[in-house]
Amino acid sequence: MDDLYQQQILEHAKYPHNFGRLEEPDISHEEHNPLCGDRVRIELLIENDIITNVRFEGRGCAISQASASLLTDELKGMPVEAAKVFRKEELLDLIGIPLTRNPTRLKCALLSLKALKAGLYGIDHLNEDDDDL
Amino acid sequence: MSTLTQFDVLAIRREFPILQQEVHGHRLAFLDSAASSQKPRQVIDCLEDYYRRYNANVHRGVYKFSEEATFAYERARGKVARFIGAASQREIIFTRNTTEAINLVAQTWGATNLRPGDRILLSLMEHHSNIVPWQMIAQRTGAILDYLSIDGEGRLVLEELDQKLTEQTKLVALTHQSNMLGTINPVRMIAERAHAVGAVMLVDGAQSVPHMPVNVAELGCDFLAFSGHKMCAPTGIGVLWGRRKLLEAMPPFLGGGSMIKVVELNQSTYADVPARFEAGTPAIGEAIALGEAIDYLSAIGMEAIYQHEVELMAYALERLGNVPGLTLYGPLTTEQRGGAFSFTLEGVHPHDVAAILDGQGIAVRAGHHCTQPLHRHFDVPATTRASFYIYNLPEEVDRLAVGLEKASKLFQ
Repeated sequence: MDDLYQQQILEHAKYPHNFGRLEEPDISHEEHNPLCGDRVRIELLIENDIITNVRFEGRGCAISQASASLLTDELKGMPVEAAKVFRKEELLDLIGIPLTRNPTRLKCALLSLKALKAGLYGIDHLNEDDDDL
Repeated sequence: MSTLTQFDVLAIRREFPILQQEVHGHRLAFLDSAASSQKPRQVIDCLEDYYRRYNANVHRGVYKFSEEATFAYERARGKVARFIGAASQREIIFTRNTTEAINLVAQTWGATNLRPGDRILLSLMEHHSNIVPWQMIAQRTGAILDYLSIDGEGRLVLEELDQKLTEQTKLVALTHQSNMLGTINPVRMIAERAHAVGAVMLVDGAQSVPHMPVNVAELGCDFLAFSGHKMCAPTGIGVLWGRRKLLEAMPPFLGGGSMIKVVELNQSTYADVPARFEAGTPAIGEAIALGEAIDYLSAIGMEAIYQHEVELMAYALERLGNVPGLTLYGPLTTEQRGGAFSFTLEGVHPHDVAAILDGQGIAVRAGHHCTQPLHRHFDVPATTRASFYIYNLPEEVDRLAVGLEKASKLFQ
């Protein structure tokens, strides 16, 4: 279990990248995990169908916050269409820790992606068990 | 730590097959009995014996196994009645769990006795299972919910009874012991106050019945709900005790087999209590195993179990008080307090705390523990909870403290 808390995760959890709010975001969406109270809000600035700036805000466990930090790094400069089909496997690769046999923590890890997708598709809230993302 | 425990905890541990395992290379320290307890061999054997030797549906079967199963099922009802001091075993209704028992009262007693403007008094420390069923019946009947507040130490603000317990109050539903804070509430006094205004008193005993002597005659309540799986019995079996007069005046809960006298095409007459509330095939083996769990706990002694947990709690309060950055929610003494406690660790999310402890073979729970209003009161989204039972040792408190210090360091 200690391999969950590798240096990269701890660093991103302690000093998250892109943390905060945008002044006039084009998209702002928050998702939460009712099981543990984790929250992640993702805000995007979009120009010519490209994500030009991104911020996230939230509170929760190290996995959920590090995941949001890593995801937002990736999103900068990404076409909206690419972000819409960003796969959960890609995010899990970025996080780089074994979570597939740990469904509870998987929900933590994918919370930021859920916020991104729901925001991009203009959906109020994705279903809790919607793991298709 | 010197221990005054009157029973041999190491001998008890040997009775629990699950505790013999290693988790992530460490001996299992199981500190989550408030969620569900482990089961001793005696109970597992009893369940297996039913399924291997005399599995059959209860009541009405005239063959050997069915008669044997019926006898054992009804004997278990008698054991439950004696265990909680019920006047008669007819007052014992087998349910799935505490949740179903409370819903049963809400949907039957509540539906027939609550009128618009009537008030139901709860407290801020209730488990969701003692909140949501009342919200549902309040919406249906027009009744209104009131909540007793809690103070900074996690005890009920009893002064509020003067203003919140009135002639309009028809029901008080209160937990005997908080699953998050460990606080033991003065239910006997509150039952007296409830009766003085003509209200009925339901006690959620999910966290008390497994851990201390509970006698309904002494408590003076009208309903008591509890679960088997938190007291060494299997899942899927719980109990509602109610005063016979109240139960007899209540309409059925679920309709189906076993709960009827005569069924015609357009109407039916209903069985007497408790059968009226036990529609369908019940959890037969599980009920029998609950009876066995009661035998097991009674042989140890409920007072001795309570003392053991108080000693562990006293040690935990002392030992965890030295862990830097730890905030404990709930009473800071063992006065009227059971062996469950919740905390936060500065700079480490409760989920991470639990995961790091799991890595050391220590099982605790993280989240809101089905008490979201209580977490909102303390302004924390989640906490980590540890809880004790008969098989826990002081050295497990030490391991918990060391594990928490390690978690702190990792996130520094």
